[in-house]
Amino acid sequence: MPSENALVRFVDIQKSYDGESLVVKNLNLDVAKGEFLTMLGPSGSGKTTCLMMLAGFEPATHGEIYLKENPINKVPPHKRGIGMVFQNYALFPHMTVAENLAFPLEVRQIDKSERETRVKRALDMVQLGAFGDRRPAQLSGGQQQRVAVARSLVFDPDLVLMDEPLGALDKNLREQMQYEIKHIHENLGLTVVYVTHDQSEALTMSNRIAVFDDGIIQQCAPPEDLYERPENAFCANFIGENNRLLGNIIEDHGDSIKVEIDNDAGVVEAKKVNVGDIGSRTTLSLRPERVTVNPEPGEVPNIFSGKAEELIYLGDHIRTRFTVCGHDDFIVKIPNSAAHAHLKEGDTVNIGWNVEDCRALDPSD
Amino acid sequence: MTTQTALPEGPILTADGIPLKDSLQKSLRQNKLRAMFLVSTPLLFLVFLFIIPIGNMLTRSVDDTFINRVLPSTIEAFESWDKVSEPPESLYSAFVNDVKAADKVDIGKVSTRMNYAKPGWKSLVKRTARKIKKLKGPEYKDDLIKIDKRWADKEFWLSLGIMKDKATFGYFLNAVDKTYDFDKNIIDVEEERKVYNTLWYRTLLVSFIVTIACLILSYPVAYLLATLPMRISNLLMICVLMPFWTSLLVRIVAWMIMLQQNGVVNDTLVASGILSDENRLAMMYNFNGTIIVMTQILLPFMILPLYSVMKTIPPTYMKAAQNLGATPTLAFIRVYMPQTIPGIGAGCILVFIVAIGYYITPELVGGKDGRLIGNMVAYHMQKSLNWGLAAAMGSILLAAILLLYWLYDRIIGIDNMKMG
Repeated sequence: MPSENALVRFVDIQKSYDGESLVVKNLNLDVAKGEFLTMLGPSGSGKTTCLMMLAGFEPATHGEIYLKENPINKVPPHKRGIGMVFQNYALFPHMTVAENLAFPLEVRQIDKSERETRVKRALDMVQLGAFGDRRPAQLSGGQQQRVAVARSLVFDPDLVLMDEPLGALDKNLREQMQYEIKHIHENLGLTVVYVTHDQSEALTMSNRIAVFDDGIIQQCAPPEDLYERPENAFCANFIGENNRLLGNIIEDHGDSIKVEIDNDAGVVEAKKVNVGDIGSRTTLSLRPERVTVNPEPGEVPNIFSGKAEELIYLGDHIRTRFTVCGHDDFIVKIPNSAAHAHLKEGDTVNIGWNVEDCRALDPSD
Repeated sequence: MTTQTALPEGPILTADGIPLKDSLQKSLRQNKLRAMFLVSTPLLFLVFLFIIPIGNMLTRSVDDTFINRVLPSTIEAFESWDKVSEPPESLYSAFVNDVKAADKVDIGKVSTRMNYAKPGWKSLVKRTARKIKKLKGPEYKDDLIKIDKRWADKEFWLSLGIMKDKATFGYFLNAVDKTYDFDKNIIDVEEERKVYNTLWYRTLLVSFIVTIACLILSYPVAYLLATLPMRISNLLMICVLMPFWTSLLVRIVAWMIMLQQNGVVNDTLVASGILSDENRLAMMYNFNGTIIVMTQILLPFMILPLYSVMKTIPPTYMKAAQNLGATPTLAFIRVYMPQTIPGIGAGCILVFIVAIGYYITPELVGGKDGRLIGNMVAYHMQKSLNWGLAAAMGSILLAAILLLYWLYDRIIGIDNMKMG
């Protein structure tokens, strides 16, 4: 579906390195102007390959990539005008920070005074105005990261690619940088394609997330859609915590279905999302925070008895592992408040959930 | 704040009351002893096989005590002579007495030394020494002149002035085609005896050309080694190391077969019609031969340091440079090459240092105008037995290398050097 304001379009992209297997299988993806799109997936899912094809370092085996409606398959990397932040920053060690930033301007033959203004502006943007004369090796990881971001922006590209740029930072710094990059994106109206395997990073920063697995985009949706309404078992599992119940469909009521859990462990009513006909298998997906402990009779349609196996105290909530319907890895997050029962290990209680919160998805293993 | 414990007076003590410093030293002593033991063997090795021989060479290049030891009274008599009048009788009798007292072998050696100061001394002393035992004093001047009339020549006696000091720079002067006159002024040697300056110049030129040629040839090879996939680069690495593992002589002989007048290269050029039969290239027994063969032999010394540096440069730098708008060529020049400078420096220094003292290749394929200073050192060590001159040349080579090292440190910084 070609849209009017798509800055980047992947059309029927396939990529193979060895001629025997496809790393990217038939990718179709539009990135709108001004969008922050994250490619999320486990390693080896093809997300970095897609980024490298967009940057021009890997040729597409099949298909065409369009940048501003121009096919760019034959355009060499240095003529694409796409900014990029590399995984290990790739700051040139023999140049100072300012020289690193001036490099893209120099090769574009921008005159010296203009160059200095732009370098200074870019450094100020990442709060490193005083560090122009340092070498990259004299900076901390976080500072190097900022320089890398500044360098990718200094020549005013329309599109910036980021390949796991925060992977080398510690947790606190990573979170801080997430916000900074997010703000730069908003302030400059950039289009960003961001690659990561960290789902919380993807949820925090993105307008849209494309979940990759096995060379295919499993789902491409805004963060809240992806979390609330996963379309298949992989996405449900990969984004956030998720309880899975496996079973066979026995009744179909249009919007909802009834599923008999394996080993005759009970019948669950669930929302029909991505399933086959009656008799086929399905994976039920249920977020741990959507489960009620000790529901009133009739409050929710699905009520089962569960045995608390393990309780982990996490302050604001208590993470409890139950055995429910024959699955002993059923996680429930019980808010730590007076209104909620305080369980002990070994207690057996009723737990229940709504039809809306239990999504019937494609069968998985 | 009030709960803070007061610092104890005097030195800090450990739990059992021994001062902390002593305890620390005690606990470290064992480690120190072990380290000293480990380091002692290489240290001894270094002292015996490096420092002492080098020191010996340096001493030998300036040492001139031998003549003072063998002919003490001659030197003494020389000092009291006014150098203007005819040589006095005291000088002659002192010389005769010294020769009579000295060992025969020492006389031979000392005459060789005297010959460096003035040619002719050796034959003069040799001829006289045989008959000197029979001379009955007390006057010797006329007897000696009767044996050889050169004894009347004042020049011979005056040349003792160059030799009387215990240390001399004569060997160093000789090594650069200079010498002392009898008043110890530095003068050029006669035109027809000048050989060394040309050789020094040629040695530097050859080393320089070979270094540059090695760099040009090695750079792409090292780049391929560092960037090709493992399987292919391993094969290439074996190709690089194979000659390294082959005997030097075998390689030189192989080159001789390639380069000679009726060798493979000339035959191919003639057969393909590029050269006519009478215009065969002279590629051996001259300057060219030295350059070609030395370059090939020293290639690994350049390739390996370059490779080890290039191996550490991640390919992302080139990608980043291109992403920022540089053409691949520009990215290579601006981003890749500057990062290989430590390898270039190490390789050049290594090749230059080895080349400057090279001796076997020029000896075999250099012919007359491909010979280097190393061959002269070998000649003076083995044939002419002028060890002083050989030592002086060796010392100059050593100084040149140290100078190079110093320059390198000033310009690039020795910390930047990566040998691999």
